[in-house]
Amino acid sequence: MAGFDKRVSTYAEALDGLQDGMTVLAGGFGLCGIPENLIAEIRRRGTRGLTVVSNNCGVDGFGLGVLLEDRQIRKMIASYVGENALFEKQLLDGDLEVELTPQGTLAEKLRAGGAGIPAFFTATGYGTPVAEGKEVREFDGRHYILEHAISGDFAIVKGWKADHYGNVVYRHTAQNFNPLAAAAGRITVVEVEEIVEPGELEPSQIHTPGIYVDRIICGTFEKRIEKRTLRG
Amino acid sequence: MALSREQMAQRIARELQDGYYVNLGIGIPTLVANYVPEGVEVMLQSENGLLGMGAFPTEAELDPDMINAGKQTVTARTGASIFDSAESFAMIRGGHVDLTVLGAFEVDVQGNIASWMIPGKLVKGMGGAMDLVAGAENIIVVMTHASKNGESKLLPRCSLPLTGAGCIKRVLTDLAYLEIENGAFVLRERAPGVSVEEIRSKTAGELVVPDEVPEMTF
Repeated sequence: MAGFDKRVSTYAEALDGLQDGMTVLAGGFGLCGIPENLIAEIRRRGTRGLTVVSNNCGVDGFGLGVLLEDRQIRKMIASYVGENALFEKQLLDGDLEVELTPQGTLAEKLRAGGAGIPAFFTATGYGTPVAEGKEVREFDGRHYILEHAISGDFAIVKGWKADHYGNVVYRHTAQNFNPLAAAAGRITVVEVEEIVEPGELEPSQIHTPGIYVDRIICGTFEKRIEKRTLRG
Repeated sequence: MALSREQMAQRIARELQDGYYVNLGIGIPTLVANYVPEGVEVMLQSENGLLGMGAFPTEAELDPDMINAGKQTVTARTGASIFDSAESFAMIRGGHVDLTVLGAFEVDVQGNIASWMIPGKLVKGMGGAMDLVAGAENIIVVMTHASKNGESKLLPRCSLPLTGAGCIKRVLTDLAYLEIENGAFVLRERAPGVSVEEIRSKTAGELVVPDEVPEMTF
């Protein structure tokens, strides 16, 4: 790693500095666009007591679900966590804390975290259990609740292509939460399918500009499909 | 006769207008896409970041990087765009989606909706439902009129934790199409062969019955 060359060659190097008790922001929606090798590396490292911020928590045996096997996650901040029997068990046993957050609020919390906005008002969740204990303000006759930004010690992100400057493009709906996590991480690690030569990516088509990215690694991906649905 | 799932989808599809951007929830709402009227073009929004959702893929088109908010593999239609989750919810929260169709456990006469949490059962999460009900002006809730035990889901006040407060104006059930006005359900249409009396007996919240309540036709 030198200057603007953000490439690292091993997953161990990619997550150097990750410690017990840290907050990790993970891109992905279901199993689509998840940083599957970086998750596997967290498992290998055995880092514990993590707070993980991600829309979902994978499935049994894949994605973030593998971090439940050795109880590495202490707290999960997510919008939907239903796909996972081990998750249910640890939640019911009290081994795992979960903070359910509306999906749009979760996205906006990360966006705000990356953009230096400490908190924002939103109508989402007003009058529901999500609003409990939160400040309410009225603007033009409508009620809004105060939601705080989220940032993380590490962001783990799955891109499609990147150059060594850390400019990243995502493929199709594998974009989802990835650019938001990328911007909100103190150390942002992006794993991609291909590292291209500088100049190959069209500057106006970059999704995540390199300024947000600290480390880039090229991996191979299983890309497991959660609900394979074909036309009749 | 109570409406079938397909008839419920068919009835909602009549609310679609040419040029609408529409978000369809999981379950019966998803079926609405099968009944878009002739000459009407709509763009389906999927909150994981796809505007212009197409059909399910063929084996050859199958792509793990192309899914909808229900995590099913899909395609993108011509004219589609793909973006991140903050952008996706900016268009939802900013009121840019013309029609949202979603399911619920309960709706009440104040327009409150409960759809995500049953105390004592494991709570999986609200996903994007709270954002959708808070952000859209034009929402249709689709659900059965009563539970399997015969308990009304159209209530004076929701008993379950809310998904959104005061945001629902229209409800389609298997028995009726209703609007919520001035703290009451107003019966606008009946399912074929379903009497006003049956609807009244299964509606716990205040029900206003106009002089004329036409039967739906299919």
